Amino acid sequence: MIHNDKVPGIATLEVYRAHGGYASVEKALKNMTPDQVTDEVKKSGLRGRGGAGFPTGLKWSFLAKPEGVPRYLVCNADESEPGTFKDRYLMEVIPHALIEGMITSSYALGAKVSYIYIRGEYFYVARIVENAIKEAYAAGWLGKNILGTDFSHDCYVQVGGGAYICGEETGLLESLEGKRGNPRIKPPFPAVAGLWGCPTVVNNVETIAAVCPIVMMGGEEYAKIGIGKSTGTKLISASGHINKPGTYEIELGIPVEEFIYSDEYCGGIRNGKKMKAVVAGGSSVPILPTELILKTAKGEPRLMTYESLADGGFQTGTMLGSGGFIVMDEDTSIVKNLFTFTRFYHHESCGQCSPCREGTGWMEKILKKFLNGTAVESDVELLWDIQSKIEGKTICPLGEAAAWPVAAAIRHFKQEFIDIAKSKKFVDVSHYNRLNKITA
Amino acid sequence: MGAQVHGTQDFDQKKRTEIKFSDAAMATVKEIISHYPESKIKSALLPVLHVAQAEFGGWLSPEVMDYVADVLKIKPIEVFEVASFYTMYNLKPVGKCVLEVCQTSSCWLNGAEDIVKYIEKKLNIKVGETTKDGMFTLKVAECLGSCGTAPMLQCGASYHENLTYDKVDKLLDKYKSEGRQRNYTDLDYHNTL
Repeated sequence: MIHNDKVPGIATLEVYRAHGGYASVEKALKNMTPDQVTDEVKKSGLRGRGGAGFPTGLKWSFLAKPEGVPRYLVCNADESEPGTFKDRYLMEVIPHALIEGMITSSYALGAKVSYIYIRGEYFYVARIVENAIKEAYAAGWLGKNILGTDFSHDCYVQVGGGAYICGEETGLLESLEGKRGNPRIKPPFPAVAGLWGCPTVVNNVETIAAVCPIVMMGGEEYAKIGIGKSTGTKLISASGHINKPGTYEIELGIPVEEFIYSDEYCGGIRNGKKMKAVVAGGSSVPILPTELILKTAKGEPRLMTYESLADGGFQTGTMLGSGGFIVMDEDTSIVKNLFTFTRFYHHESCGQCSPCREGTGWMEKILKKFLNGTAVESDVELLWDIQSKIEGKTICPLGEAAAWPVAAAIRHFKQEFIDIAKSKKFVDVSHYNRLNKITA
Repeated sequence: MGAQVHGTQDFDQKKRTEIKFSDAAMATVKEIISHYPESKIKSALLPVLHVAQAEFGGWLSPEVMDYVADVLKIKPIEVFEVASFYTMYNLKPVGKCVLEVCQTSSCWLNGAEDIVKYIEKKLNIKVGETTKDGMFTLKVAECLGSCGTAPMLQCGASYHENLTYDKVDKLLDKYKSEGRQRNYTDLDYHNTL
């Protein structure tokens, strides 16, 4: 997907086209029926790359197709999960990969209009995508009767206003309709009643871009990449205390250890330090200590796949999630890091459901006690109690997203919480002088 | 018409009648509206609020929100409830340059707190405050998707990544010497320092 990312000028239509761009539109529109495209996506085993990992072909097949009602494809480019910046990279560097995917996918779904909802903070990225759309219109890839067929398509960008919750697909649709991003109660699912009440498919940027290689190589060939039900390639955004932070496209199935330590990817831990913990799939997935991220509880090497990362459930496993891979070195305070996550969720809760609106605030307050040295040992139990009362009790998954990191931090690093509570003093060694080192 | 719904803010009818998009801004607004079916132009609200904020001094006064409601033919409360939900809309006056330092996990791991403290000291303000000369407002933000290039701050549309104290110095000096307002479309110095 991003193998051409270093080609000079790849953001322009001319260079993108010279490297085989828009071939999937040609192939689909000229040689395939919409249902055949959907079938290839089904066969490919492609799973939603935004975080939930739901099979894309299945999601497409749920789309209601009543006569005379418009259908929409909406691209979720509201990338806001802490640790995740892969969609930004893709849109910034190869914007036409997304637009090509939008056209091919819209053809499969019978959508005459599509929207790319980009988070407001990525305004400069939105501008890059808009320019690419203009180029595509000028060259006839968008607009009326594309390639002389009777398929016509319009694609527009909408920028958001700064709200994590709009990454939840129904929150996104509300926002696209010009409202607060409050997630809707499901059912009905967007496939039946989505944008303006019409059948709608909402897919992540990377998912849509992956449709192009699937159409080109065929679903069965694509499914040969990867392992088992984790087919294809995945963009991973790696950050934290590593030598080479950045966005990497990996074949699903490489060992986690290779991803962290090989020079091809993260290049190991910075400053010769040891690794302490990893958040493997964006802030909401459970944090794992070094021994559990490198090997499963059964002692098998942990692989970069949906299944292997989830091996052991939440007791000893985690999730691939959005591919936001945050690595922490031995000096990191897990409690302080958790505080930044919990502050984030408190800030981003839309406020509809009491367990999330109130619970995230309480958790932030309690964690703050750990930071200012006023926590007591029983606060650990209290934290556990609150998180357990958010999970599963909210309209949208932000509740789980806020609860899981707290649960996992306590599950794997309980002693750290207790030590801080006992010492009555918070000693945060993890950030002091880091910057001086960078400057020097 | 919208005076009641804006809560504590005073609504000035005279100011309201003076508010009007420039021709260029109006053209942008019309272009945005054209992206949606005719009966669904409320969808244009979020992008139009960005245009309004840039056009009218970096923040959305009750009068400006009321004007946007008129332009989109919706009720003032529909504008206010959206403007108050999303973090990018300022409901109070701000400085010409709003500096938003990301503080979430990866940025924190890479020294975001030090950057915040440094700017606080340098500008002699606390987070949330504006400098006396009205030049800078300092804010903290939640994850801006720049985790691999942390720490970072955003001003206007520009990202300033892999920050060091030295980069912060250069950036603030440049902004100060130019002295103009940075809005959501401004991309100058984007990752160039």
